[in-house]
Order: sequence, then C-alpha cells, then structure tokens
Amino acid sequence: MLSSNIKGVINGFPLRIEVEKVVEKQVDFNPDFLKNMFSKIDWKALADASKIMGYAELPEEVPDASVLDSDEFLQKFHHALLELHLEEGALVCPETGRRFPVNKGIPNMLLHEDEV
Amino acid sequence: MISSVLSRFSTKMPSRIAQIRLTSSHPQVYEPCDDSFALVDALLADRKHLLHHRPSLCIEIGSGSGYVITSLALILQDLKTTHYFATDINPHALKVTHETLQAHGVHAELLTTNIAAGLDRRLAGMVDVMVVNPPYVPTPEAEVGGDGIAAAWAGGENGRSVIDKILPIADKLLSEKGWLYMLFLAANDPLQICLGMREKGFASKIVVQRSTEEESLHVIKFWREFDGNEGGSLGKMGSPKGWEFLVSQFSRFSFRK
Repeated sequence: MLSSNIKGVINGFPLRIEVEKVVEKQVDFNPDFLKNMFSKIDWKALADASKIMGYAELPEEVPDASVLDSDEFLQKFHHALLELHLEEGALVCPETGRRFPVNKGIPNMLLHEDEV
Repeated sequence: MISSVLSRFSTKMPSRIAQIRLTSSHPQVYEPCDDSFALVDALLADRKHLLHHRPSLCIEIGSGSGYVITSLALILQDLKTTHYFATDINPHALKVTHETLQAHGVHAELLTTNIAAGLDRRLAGMVDVMVVNPPYVPTPEAEVGGDGIAAAWAGGENGRSVIDKILPIADKLLSEKGWLYMLFLAANDPLQICLGMREKGFASKIVVQRSTEEESLHVIKFWREFDGNEGGSLGKMGSPKGWEFLVSQFSRFSFRK
C-alpha cells in the first residue's frame, strides 16, 4: 500500500519489491472487510506484489466486482492482502532506484536530509 | 485520577485497552504517561460511537510504545472489519509497538516514516479514524524531529511545529466520515487550532480535558461537517453548531487565561 515519497517523483508507486524473506501469518477470514477493501486498493499493484512474493493466484487485471460472491476468490484475495508479509527485503522506487529497507516486517521510509 | 491510573496495573481490568504490564519498552522510546492515558480515555469515552462508526482503516501517527494503537484495536476488536496502520519516526518505537500489539493479540501495519510520508497518497481519503499524540511540548526549534526519544515530545515554538504539519495531512487522509482524535496542551492554543480546522470544514469538540501537576491536556475530536453529519456524538445534545458553541466549550475550561 506504499508509495514513494521522494520529492519530484510524481508516479512513485507502486514500489518494486526486493524479496529476501516472506512470512505467512494466519489471519481470521473476514469477507466483509475484503469486500470493503476491494474497491479501495490498487489491484494490479497487489497482484504484482503477491506474485513477486511467491503467490501467483490472483488475476492480473482488475476483476469484475461479481467475483466478490465467490468464496474461492475471497480466500485468495484474503491470503494475498493480509497473510503475505515481506519480512526482510526492500521497497525500491522505480524512478529513482532509491531503496527503502524492510527489516522485521517494518519498512523504513525515512529519507536522508539531502533528499527532502 | 490516581485510582484510574492504578487500575491499569491491575490484572483484573477489562481487556478492552492495552495493559501496562504487557506494554513493551525501550530506553529510546517514550513510555505511556498521562497524555497517553488521556488519549485512550477519550477513545473509551467515545467507544459506543466508534463501534457504531465501523471504521475500515485506522491510523496512529507516532505510535511510540504502541499503547494507544493497541488500545484502539482492543476497543474495536468485536468489529473484526478494521485494519490498522501505525507510523513513527523512531525505528525503535515501531519495534516496541510491534511487541505491544503482539502481546495483546492484535495487528497493525507498521511504517518508519515522518508523519505519513509514503502512505499519504495511497491512503488519501481512506482513513476513518486517526489518533495522534503529537510532540506538543514547547521547545527550541532545533530539538524537533531527530532520531532519538526527544522526537516524541519536542514541539518547537508553542509546541506547534509538528502539530501544524500533521493537521493538513489529517485533512488529506481522512475519509468523508473520518474522525481525528488529537491531544493538545493548553500552550498549543487548541482554540486557534479548532478555528483553523473549521476553515477546512471540520467541526470539533473536546472529549477529555485533564489537568495534571505539570500540564493541562485536551483531547479534541475533529470530523468533517456536512449537513446532517454530527460526527455521531452530538445528536442527543440537540446538535449545537457553529463557532459560538466551540468557543463556549473552550471558555468553560478557561483556556486562554
């Protein structure tokens, strides 16, 4: 859900993901939450990110909202959105190549003084 | 108020807010104190409205020990439809926030960043509840920010340096139904802050007012004012509106002496 915040980068998201370690955490399945989030997220960014993190089950193009009636679809969406975590690696700005490290699941987006 | 603070140490307390004994700590991270308790008490006081509000996305800016975001997640635990974000400029703070969340069995997406940089475009207009205990202590400007624990309190001139950066970001992040709970010191001139937010279309009210030995603390709730939108909290009071009401709230607490 992140976008790059370096000044002057207009289309700074989605960030490219460099994976060192992905962890899966079990989260309670909640269809209402997923239906709510479906319209709010950048689908392609989620599908691409999940693929890089080793989960290629999501359709690459934005699916029609009717898929929300499918339990099978919701389970996949649930797994990609909530259970797949980048534990170690980096988020990389596609325009500047600036790397934002991710350690223990927490991205560090702080910029150096000469970047702000 | 001492009894209410002590009750937080009791193991018998209800599990709807974070327990101090389960709240993690680190020498470079601000520990829960009167200001943190005031903010959580405001959330508890508004609990019914919050549950009715059914927020999808909640965010805390400057989560420190994680006491506040963990308490919010516990208060709203029954909803099961809420997703949480927390940011802090201090990387140690997010480690501690993570441990505190985990000790209470709740989860938030964590991000080391300045206010909400990196999130504000993706989450623009999506945040239903935002909570902030900002660095509000008046200090020399040079002490603001930085990578140590001082970033937790150093607020620059009148304690407003960081507050004045957070408010426009809150306006950007909050959804149409979004609520902001923010803590201020009397020295921050909260009435002026409310009047400024009013120009951006926000109504406001004081949820908690508390004087400690050292500080006069105010937790203020802001919401976008549309016709018929009372932030879910003023309905029974005959929905008083307008800045006269606002000023009357503040003068009652003799803010501007």
